[in-house]
Amino acid sequence: MEQNNQFARSCPIPIQQYPHVLLAHGGGGRLMHQLISKMFLASFRNPLLETQHDSTVVEWTGKKLAFTTDSYVVRPLFFPGGDVGSMAVHGTVNDLAMSGARPLYLSAAFIIEEGLPMETLWKIACSMSEAATRCGIQIITGDTKVVDKGKGDGVFVNTAGIGIVEHDRKIAPQNVRPGDAVLVSGDLGRHGMAIMAVREGLQFESAIESDSAPVHDLVLELLKAGIEIHCLRDLTRGGLASALNEIAEAARVRIEIVEKSVPVREDVHAACEMLGLDPLHVACEGRFVAFVAAGDADRALAIMRGHALGAGSAAIGRVAESSAPLVTLKSAIGASRILAMPSGEQLPRIC
Amino acid sequence: MKYLDEYRDGELAQKIAREVHRVTTRPWNIMEVCGGQTHAIVKFGIDELLPKLITLIHGPGCPVCVTPLEIIDQALAIAARPNVIFTSFGDMLRVPGSTTDLLSVKAKGGDVRIVYSPLDAVKLAEQNPAKEVVFFGVGFETTAPATAMAVYQAAHKQLKNFSLLVSHVLVPPAMEALLSSPDCRIQGFLAAGHVCTVMGFEEYFPVAAKYRVPIVVTGFEPLDILQGVLMVVQQLESGRAGVENQYARAVRREGNQPAQKLIREVFRVVPRKWRGVGEIPQSGLGLSEAYTTFDAGKKFGVAEHHVDEPAECISGLVLQGLKKPQECSAFGAKCTPEHPLGATMVSSEGACAAYYRYRRH
Repeated sequence: MEQNNQFARSCPIPIQQYPHVLLAHGGGGRLMHQLISKMFLASFRNPLLETQHDSTVVEWTGKKLAFTTDSYVVRPLFFPGGDVGSMAVHGTVNDLAMSGARPLYLSAAFIIEEGLPMETLWKIACSMSEAATRCGIQIITGDTKVVDKGKGDGVFVNTAGIGIVEHDRKIAPQNVRPGDAVLVSGDLGRHGMAIMAVREGLQFESAIESDSAPVHDLVLELLKAGIEIHCLRDLTRGGLASALNEIAEAARVRIEIVEKSVPVREDVHAACEMLGLDPLHVACEGRFVAFVAAGDADRALAIMRGHALGAGSAAIGRVAESSAPLVTLKSAIGASRILAMPSGEQLPRIC
Repeated sequence: MKYLDEYRDGELAQKIAREVHRVTTRPWNIMEVCGGQTHAIVKFGIDELLPKLITLIHGPGCPVCVTPLEIIDQALAIAARPNVIFTSFGDMLRVPGSTTDLLSVKAKGGDVRIVYSPLDAVKLAEQNPAKEVVFFGVGFETTAPATAMAVYQAAHKQLKNFSLLVSHVLVPPAMEALLSSPDCRIQGFLAAGHVCTVMGFEEYFPVAAKYRVPIVVTGFEPLDILQGVLMVVQQLESGRAGVENQYARAVRREGNQPAQKLIREVFRVVPRKWRGVGEIPQSGLGLSEAYTTFDAGKKFGVAEHHVDEPAECISGLVLQGLKKPQECSAFGAKCTPEHPLGATMVSSEGACAAYYRYRRH
């Protein structure tokens, strides 16, 4: 008991504002960052974790390995353009790719809700197997748990991944430099809007399909061509706005984006306008942002556009010196404003 | 995108802005009434294109912001009940009541759901006959017809398990309340275009005449707002005070009459507290006599719950255009979108939230 009290004194619950976890704490915005930095970073603190990258690179007997993990809790399990199984493979492969690693092996853990049709699980397993083959990786270990009906949402999938780093570049948020060009690998926001459309029963003229795809091949091509990559970031929850703010914070720079140059497909843009959402806050599952040395920008863009998964790539801005980290956006009518990190979940506006 | 990109054209925006510069000779204070317009102004940086002589004052037109604390507390009390499905538009979920918000009620097990239309709540009531389904009816005249339709349909379907917690408010009485205040600095209005698509703009003529103030019904895209400002300034500079319609592609003088008829059928005009402003006579909609059985406040016995607003937050002054968000000592420090002290920081349409997101230097 005394020990518990001591623990309580030296280790107060750091998040005072909300005594309970909200869905917004997992939304990819400021609340999630607060939770991670005050709860998990504070508890597990070490230099490798503090790079806060999509995957962490560790040196092991002269080799460099990238390691990462991610859980997939998407509802519905099957959606236009993908499913929880393929997404669980692509997502973790992409996290490894963000260190410039060649993905090798994945683990797969399933938390299954009692009552889930076997056929559903089989479809997910088949989809994972196909995705793994396509990515050139193997799933080499795993775990299965079943929870009571009502205690899960069909199935939750966790994957962890290991990849090998075969280059000497330092690819991490801290390495972004003033002058760097900012590139994105395709149109934004499709995954988030595909899920929202299915989940909320929104009808558009044609189904918006998720952009879920593995991007490691494209990244390895950039590295092979000798492009001076400073940072890569997977554009998942919180979208481009979250990614840029995280990087500006880590590198202590100002990132300037031109709104007109950010590629957003017309149907995604229309759906966002209708719901009062900002496409720059919406998640992708097969897109990344790349910070490259200015001199390599044109060549990098040409390589990205030449790749099947990067055909819609675009240069969207540049990095500038700044006394405080900041992301700014030049609006459609030419004025400049802050592009903030979203707060928590995206909440549709009233009118 | 068609019908949007045309109204966000950078060159045309600069052209209208140059015209505003040309005609402006004196300082003018213009209020944009609607929160949607405030949002567009800061999001696109429209005010940066305007002459320094023009001050835009951000009006009370964010329905989320002005919903009084006591109705939010009533919502929280109802949503926490075990047999209730509480439905609401998305951005009401984060609005703090006296002690908590709907997101936290949800985290503790309350069945709180976001709907995109009040009719979805009626559908939920049909699908869940053993549950009580409550819709939180918030908004100006723009959303009132959809809420009215939900109640009307529920009545026709004889649904006993659907009810409405209503906090609809009306724009013209709020404009009059602002104009009749001795501190009023407003010299011209951009009226809320979407309110006028429903209500038309007949009711603004007596207001413009009585207070000698130009009113221009204005849309929400950058070119709309710039043109609305230009039309107000042209009136001010030539000493006119009339009602004009910039948003003619959506607004007719008489408005949407079937929608107005439905509002009159289901609702009656009542006095209503506005968060940060206080009670304004004849400024709210409550359920009419024939539909009182759908009143969630009465059904759940929370209607008599009254609360005073906290003194700390200056959102009332911000809503009235007497202060700018950054003049508040709590702005960006104690008060942020994650932990809003007052209504104007809560909604993405709120003036403080708009400044926080786009202007915090």
